[in-house]
Amino acid sequence: MTKRTLVIDPVTRIEGHSKITIQLDEQGRVADARFHVTQFRGFEKICENRPFHEMPALMARICGICPVSHLITSAKACDAILAVAVPKTAVHLRRILNLAQILQSHALSLFHLSSPDLLLGMDSDPLRRNLFGLAQTHPEVARDGIRLRQVGQTIIEILGGKRIHPAWVVPGGVSAPLTAEKRDQIRDLLPEGLVALNRRLDQFKELFAQFPEEVDSFAHFPSLFLGLVDDHGDLEHYNGPARVIGSGGAVVKDGFAAGAYPEYIGEINEHDSYLKSAYYKPFGYPDGIYRVGPLARLNIARRCGTPRADRELEDLRALSKGPALASFHYHQARMVEMLFCLERIEQLLNEPAILDTHVRAQAAVNAEEGIAMAEAPRGLLLHHYKVDRDGLVRWANLIIATGHNNLAMNRGVLQTAQRFVDGERLTEGALNRVEAVIRAFDPCLSCSTHAYGQMPLEVELRDVSGGLLDVRRR
Amino acid sequence: MAGRVLTCQIDGQDVSGLEESTILEVAREHHIRIPTLCHVPGLPEAGACRVCLVEVEGAARLLPACVTRIAEGMKVKTESERLLKYRRMTVEMLFAERNHICSVCVSNGHCDLQWLAQTLGVDHIRFPYRYPALPVDSSHARFVADHNRCVLCLRCVRVCGEIEGAHTWDVMGRGADCLVITDLAQPWGESASCTSCGKCVQVCPTGALSEKGKSAGEMAKQRRFLPYLTLMRGGNHV
Repeated sequence: MTKRTLVIDPVTRIEGHSKITIQLDEQGRVADARFHVTQFRGFEKICENRPFHEMPALMARICGICPVSHLITSAKACDAILAVAVPKTAVHLRRILNLAQILQSHALSLFHLSSPDLLLGMDSDPLRRNLFGLAQTHPEVARDGIRLRQVGQTIIEILGGKRIHPAWVVPGGVSAPLTAEKRDQIRDLLPEGLVALNRRLDQFKELFAQFPEEVDSFAHFPSLFLGLVDDHGDLEHYNGPARVIGSGGAVVKDGFAAGAYPEYIGEINEHDSYLKSAYYKPFGYPDGIYRVGPLARLNIARRCGTPRADRELEDLRALSKGPALASFHYHQARMVEMLFCLERIEQLLNEPAILDTHVRAQAAVNAEEGIAMAEAPRGLLLHHYKVDRDGLVRWANLIIATGHNNLAMNRGVLQTAQRFVDGERLTEGALNRVEAVIRAFDPCLSCSTHAYGQMPLEVELRDVSGGLLDVRRR
Repeated sequence: MAGRVLTCQIDGQDVSGLEESTILEVAREHHIRIPTLCHVPGLPEAGACRVCLVEVEGAARLLPACVTRIAEGMKVKTESERLLKYRRMTVEMLFAERNHICSVCVSNGHCDLQWLAQTLGVDHIRFPYRYPALPVDSSHARFVADHNRCVLCLRCVRVCGEIEGAHTWDVMGRGADCLVITDLAQPWGESASCTSCGKCVQVCPTGALSEKGKSAGEMAKQRRFLPYLTLMRGGNHV
């Protein structure tokens, strides 16, 4: 038999456009596998020569799922250009917005995109293995997932004026304070979210336990983990220095601020993907492979800092000795974080100064460079701008969560393909598992959602000279 | 010097106005709506945008209501399929000419061009966008000029020359290369004639001129000063 290449194009039920290629050797065994991001956005160029005050709204357009992450990180980079202290109330309000988005995004990832694999089965009929199929077989799960996402989206709408691309976060703070009426509206939403999530927690924990093979082979390997922590080393999504830990849990680097990122984060262009791969610079490429996102954050943090989430964190930690190295556990980590978001939003709403009307600091350009980090649902997000004296952006660098995870996703695709794909006998379920490992990371490759599970999956079998041997479509 | 009173018909309605009145003025006095863009109450007319085109019986061409005077017995039509078609086309061409990115514009939600497009039902631009590479002048301490959003209505030129009396703003180039400029095409921040009064910013219909520090959707213009100023100065151009 000759060497062959399998192509999974596009990868479905993720955010954005990508494909996977699997190289088979002469014996039909998996020799290599790669995850390719096939779209190009170009926001680092688009923003050039625009006034920096436009950046939060412009950068939010990168994504329709996590616009708030870009909005907040961009505004923080602009705060650095203004060189002002953002009013404390504005920081609390930004935090609430960010947590609401993490809640809705995690709900989307787990319930809308990944739970069809988990509840209907990795090998189930691909035509029904989607949210609509789920709504038929498990309507109560679909309903809770949709409701949880709605809670997050509604909080974003109440605060920012609209669910997608709210322009409320501005350089120096937020554009309008919170009113008592809006605070109460948000507060009223939280109990229903908690009830819906609690209904699903035990069910899903039992469900996750039914996938031991996937736990073992879905990007399960030692790597570094990167994420923000607060002053006490607890879970943090808005501020705080970044911490890097090793696969054994030891702190490799503690407390590096956003401005120091060039010392620690390197990026490399891959020849076959529009997504750059980030690596931990002191360890070099590719040894500096690390992971970000909910699982990384929970591996790094001492604790969540809210009672229910901390109890669930104990359950998550009981699954592994030391940091969880199995990327399958990202799913459970999302549930812990959703719980944290709901609890923490309530705490923030109870802050005595939450209705204070001083929510914006005004200034001109006081620094010609601004760098900021914040935690997006999928992991650490970094915006770095250079502006001229008049405040026009001259240069920008963005490192998004999916870039941090790119090396790990590639290694995960290979690991899963080697475990499940047999070149002699191609099965749809095996190929779906190769996609499902990507879904565990919840990559965000673009700003648009897609018709999950309904897009065509086409696998072509080609010989070494590129001749088509066989095609499978769904 | 008060002129004669003339009578004419607008949309079948008998109306009257002073002989120096424009069709637009008489229509508005009689609560007949004609869409406009370059027209601002309190400024001399420019006839620059062609959005207020109307049909006048006996005239082969469509005429701009803002600069066409009424005549005895004139019959004017302000609404027809033909007029809607031309007005839409005009607005579409304005969008296609430069880079009007509403979603991130400082004037999003407060923009005359956006509002006009909505009222005329412009939901697509049928012409290819030109995507010109135009500069943003952020050199002024308080204001920003973004030529990407300019529709060349000349409101800034008129308010600066006629009301403020500074004549900082003017026009350079022809056709698609036309740009509003400060002084002799110097950076706004280096203009010797600009008094930084901000009138140009407030009358600008789009996000082309804005206050520095405004983020997307935050630049709501304040224009009520203009008719007041004009009235106080003798009532010209009201």
